[in-house]
Amino acid sequence: MRETKGVSVSVSSAIERAVRVETKREPLPPRERLQQVFEIEDLSADYGSNPALKDVSMEVYKNLVTAVIGPSGCGKSTFIRCLNRMNDLVPGFRQTGTIRYHGQDIAAKDVDPVAVRRTIGMVFQRPNPFPKSIQDNVAWGLKVLGMKDNLPERVERALTQAALWDEVKDRLKVSALSLSGGQQQRLCIARAIAVEPDVVLMDEPASALDPIATQAIEQLLHELKSEYSFVIVTHNMQQAARVADMTAFFSISRGDEGERWGELIEYDATEKLFTAPSDKRTEDYVTGRFG
Amino acid sequence: MSTVGATGEAARRPFPGRRARLGDVLLQGVAGLAALGAFVLICLIAYKVVDGSRLSLSTFGLGFLRHVGWDPVHNRLGGASFLFGTAATSLGALLLATPLAFGIALYLTELAPRWIRGPVTALVETLAAIPSVVIGLWGVIVLGPVLRDHVMPALHSTLGFIPLLGTPSATGTGIFTATFVLTIMILPIVSSISCELFLGVPAELKEAALGLGATRWEMVRGVVVPYARGGVAAAMILGLGRAVGEAIAVAQVIGGVDNLVSWNLFNGGNTLAGKIALEFQSSTSSLETSSLFYLALILLVFSLVMNVFAQVVVRRVARRQGLVAR
Repeated sequence: MRETKGVSVSVSSAIERAVRVETKREPLPPRERLQQVFEIEDLSADYGSNPALKDVSMEVYKNLVTAVIGPSGCGKSTFIRCLNRMNDLVPGFRQTGTIRYHGQDIAAKDVDPVAVRRTIGMVFQRPNPFPKSIQDNVAWGLKVLGMKDNLPERVERALTQAALWDEVKDRLKVSALSLSGGQQQRLCIARAIAVEPDVVLMDEPASALDPIATQAIEQLLHELKSEYSFVIVTHNMQQAARVADMTAFFSISRGDEGERWGELIEYDATEKLFTAPSDKRTEDYVTGRFG
Repeated sequence: MSTVGATGEAARRPFPGRRARLGDVLLQGVAGLAALGAFVLICLIAYKVVDGSRLSLSTFGLGFLRHVGWDPVHNRLGGASFLFGTAATSLGALLLATPLAFGIALYLTELAPRWIRGPVTALVETLAAIPSVVIGLWGVIVLGPVLRDHVMPALHSTLGFIPLLGTPSATGTGIFTATFVLTIMILPIVSSISCELFLGVPAELKEAALGLGATRWEMVRGVVVPYARGGVAAAMILGLGRAVGEAIAVAQVIGGVDNLVSWNLFNGGNTLAGKIALEFQSSTSSLETSSLFYLALILLVFSLVMNVFAQVVVRRVARRQGLVAR
């Protein structure tokens, strides 16, 4: 078990956070000084006869927020789900290429996907709390993974980190389904980080939320990235611009026989990708001329 | 109404008033009649059963429920042995079928490779399509002798200290055999309802569990089963209802012993439904006929109570899974 990381998290209400939205972006250190979490090489994936992704190669860096943007059908969800072997559950799914996580190829057949998912957590598009109490939602993963010592403290810490503690501390035994959508999603984030993952993958985590709840989630990413590395899929370019240090732009390519697949077009520091993209397709997309 | 002309009226009211549409009226009428018909039918049946059992009710009263024996010659009739037979076989069948059905459903929905799912599901459904009289026949000719020659002696010699497992029957028929036959008969309904329940667990919840690093088993135990639990209770109650009402197959294998309430499950017995089905033609007196109606009344009340109970359970569980924390 990893030791608890000593980071104090300021406790203030979510509304307060949401109101003082600000995006301080310190300049990124040069890439060679960043520590790699993932090193993805020639990743291709298909669902049966439908190609989904072709030849994606990129790196994901530690303690950064990496955004994946692109139009619908560009394979960005498929991509992020490759990173913790969630696609194993999809019948007919196949992938080739390597995904090295701290040097180990986690795409290899002999790697236990359950162990991968314990280290690389996931938050989904729609808030999906279990039909259990707020407390049990966070505690469930801890119990399953055998992290049963100091359970209440772990639950409180995760809820505090997810900026939900103040709102729910008096009703931990109430059903999670009584929370609002934004609160549910923060609960799902708390559930994911409670088990102390190394990386948290987020598949359009705010797409089902209203703007205030969205800002609360974005604020969270800023505060938590010193402890975790985030990869976030979003169809919202402004969101990527606000939260991400690095941004990958995926697009759809078409073959001669009408087949379509997703491809990585450009990957760069967010600032650079949005202000001075080097590919015409990226420029068209970020300036809204796409399609 | 003002006296403005039709054209002026139309100009100020772009939409026409409500009017009856033939299709809507027809649909309302036909569907309403059908629903009313079902209600009337239930009332008629209930009335007929109560009316038929009136003589027996006034003769025996509630003592009928306690009296063991069926002696139409001396007008000493009682329903206790049938009540016991029905309860023992139905509950026993439910006890055996539920874990089996649960296993089948879990395997088919969560564990089996895709190419196995289709055929096995079809097989389980086919089991439901076998006429009960055929299962009963198989029970008499095949299952009964096998149980008599192998299973009953083995159970008696190893677990014979349990009163339920006494001296094996000589014929192979009896409560024990009937329980097995009923198990086979309710297995399809309980497992197919369980399948539906497990399939109804949202994929997002399963993904949430797996995304946390849960194994398949942990996901099933922690998310799928709790989510489906209440529904499984309802599935069990529906299975019980089927078991209680089954007449033919049970009558074939239970031995038709009317005057015995014995803890030894290997003994013969009879059930409410079996007795009614077999005895109605050969009833010798109006009191006996009326007593058969009494048995039917017990069965009817029991089934109705079961049905209401199942609905209450389902509703309570739905509410609990909704907004009230456990």
